[in-house]
Amino acid sequence: MRRLLPLLAVLAFASIPLWLKDPYLLNACVTTGIFIIAAMSLNLLLGYTGQLSLGHVAFFGIGAYVSALTSLGFDIELFGGIRVVHEPWPVWIGFVLAVIIAGICGYLVGKLSFRVRGAYFVIVTISFAEVVRLVALNWVELTQGPLALTSIPPFTLGLPGLGYLDLYGKAANFYLVLAIGVVCYVIISRLTRSRVGRAMVALKENESLAVSVGIDVTRYLILAAVTSAAIAGAAGSLYAHYLRIIDPDVFMFLYTVTMVIMVITGGKGTLAGPIVGGLIFGFIPVVARSFASPESQWILYGALMILIVFVLPQGIVPAIERWFGVVDENEGRAKLEPAK
Amino acid sequence: MNEFLQHIVNMLILGGTYALLGIGLTLIFGIMRVVNFAHGELYTFGAYFVYLVSTVIGVNFFLSLIIAVAFGCILGAAIEFFLLRPMRGADIDTTMLVMIGAMIVMQNTEQFVWGGVAKSVLTPFGESTLALGPVSVSWLRVFVFFSALALIAGSYLLINRTKIGKAMRATFQDRDTASLMGVNIQVIYMATFAIGSSLAAAAGALLGPVYVISPHMGDIASLKAFAIVILGGLGSIGGATIGGFILAFAEEVGAGYISSGYRDAMGFLIIILVLMFKPTGLFARSERIG
Repeated sequence: MRRLLPLLAVLAFASIPLWLKDPYLLNACVTTGIFIIAAMSLNLLLGYTGQLSLGHVAFFGIGAYVSALTSLGFDIELFGGIRVVHEPWPVWIGFVLAVIIAGICGYLVGKLSFRVRGAYFVIVTISFAEVVRLVALNWVELTQGPLALTSIPPFTLGLPGLGYLDLYGKAANFYLVLAIGVVCYVIISRLTRSRVGRAMVALKENESLAVSVGIDVTRYLILAAVTSAAIAGAAGSLYAHYLRIIDPDVFMFLYTVTMVIMVITGGKGTLAGPIVGGLIFGFIPVVARSFASPESQWILYGALMILIVFVLPQGIVPAIERWFGVVDENEGRAKLEPAK
Repeated sequence: MNEFLQHIVNMLILGGTYALLGIGLTLIFGIMRVVNFAHGELYTFGAYFVYLVSTVIGVNFFLSLIIAVAFGCILGAAIEFFLLRPMRGADIDTTMLVMIGAMIVMQNTEQFVWGGVAKSVLTPFGESTLALGPVSVSWLRVFVFFSALALIAGSYLLINRTKIGKAMRATFQDRDTASLMGVNIQVIYMATFAIGSSLAAAAGALLGPVYVISPHMGDIASLKAFAIVILGGLGSIGGATIGGFILAFAEEVGAGYISSGYRDAMGFLIIILVLMFKPTGLFARSERIG
């Protein structure tokens, strides 16, 4: 049953565009899916290595901008009059570059910020995201600043014998997001169940003990940061080519907060957590928009966040698992409380 | 040269209020180990409260400053009692999440109540200015600067010369020992958060009338306050004061001579550079408050 559950979930998700025809709801499904991928990547850092990165939206935004600029092309002049002209490239190259460049940024940020822990780590990551946001806002020649990058081409799918198919529609994008989401899920699940994943959990539980048994802390933290940033970059690329317009607001701190709420509500350090949390917080705006203004929705978000930390600090998925008494041997170990 | 002097004058006014923000946060973070994301919202709260009391209700401007600070104190005590007291003993990340939730609630409540349009406060100073050689400064700014200095001096005396200040310093050094010596930790925590919050509200109440008041003015004030704390060293009031002026100087000079778009980036660059090269801050004499 436990093994079948992910497969059943994928089938259930895949059936959505077949019976759901309302464009607004389908749109909510696609954006929720994109944010679930981002939340899964954050969970790798927050849930498995225990590092609360509040600058995660930086990698999402970098992915979105890299992918959009690769496929749109640009013409800028750098210091010293060097002119850089880039002709538009196909969208899939943009996607690959988004993953690679976000991953490289994850490496650099990890190298810098893992020198400090706790509150200082959090503040360094936020600072990084804010600096990137200000660059996106002020480097108008490259990013158009607040005017936004518009007419970003959609993903194209090469069909043998049929030429190319532009993925304009919501259903087509939904399947694309689902497919990439499944790939990311598999990557994260393989990673966390491997030796590497156990090393990560070990340093979350007790860093000095992990060091004493020979785990190279920085190496594993950076590995997690790179993987996590690369997946967030992929989500950002999906976002850019789905919405087809992006502005510096993709770097908003509230997006990071949304990802964090999704992860802690669902259950950090569980594979299903970000998906459950993502579904809940993806659809609260859909339900709430009929009776609440955007501000009151955010007030609700904030209040729920406090409530969840108070009432259900472990998250929904671990609570359900405890309720049914199904605790996978591997994951059961991962949830041992750290020694106080 | 005149332009530079004008930047220096602006730096002094901005720096005084930044120092108040930084002192409030360095007390809260130092003594309670709470990463107070709501700090910037208390700053916004102070600014809006002055607007409410002085411009909407029509109370005397100076009296409304005092009322705003008093309500900042009450709000801080309430946050401590309802949100932080139940979280005692939780790890730093958990309380951080609670404070982020509080930040989102407060920020959007301000937006909800006041709308997105910026407000400006009517002050009794009007347009009159003080000429200081080549630069002229409005009397409002002069008043703001000296009020900030008075509050900085007041908090220094509070921490170093009073009984509760002594208890706060003891709690900062070693909470358990302080508790064994008869210091009521719960009272100290609530006092710390209330004092820190009222200093943030005072910063907003003073700086709000100088510029305009908008719901998003506090968005990065918390992070700027962190930049100041990191720069000055944890728990150091003197460090936070100097840190506030350094940040204001970096912002003024950065905005004036590099690019005004990157004004807010200065604080973040300071955070990154200080944590990379001198993580204890520039002025920390070991971990000591005062």
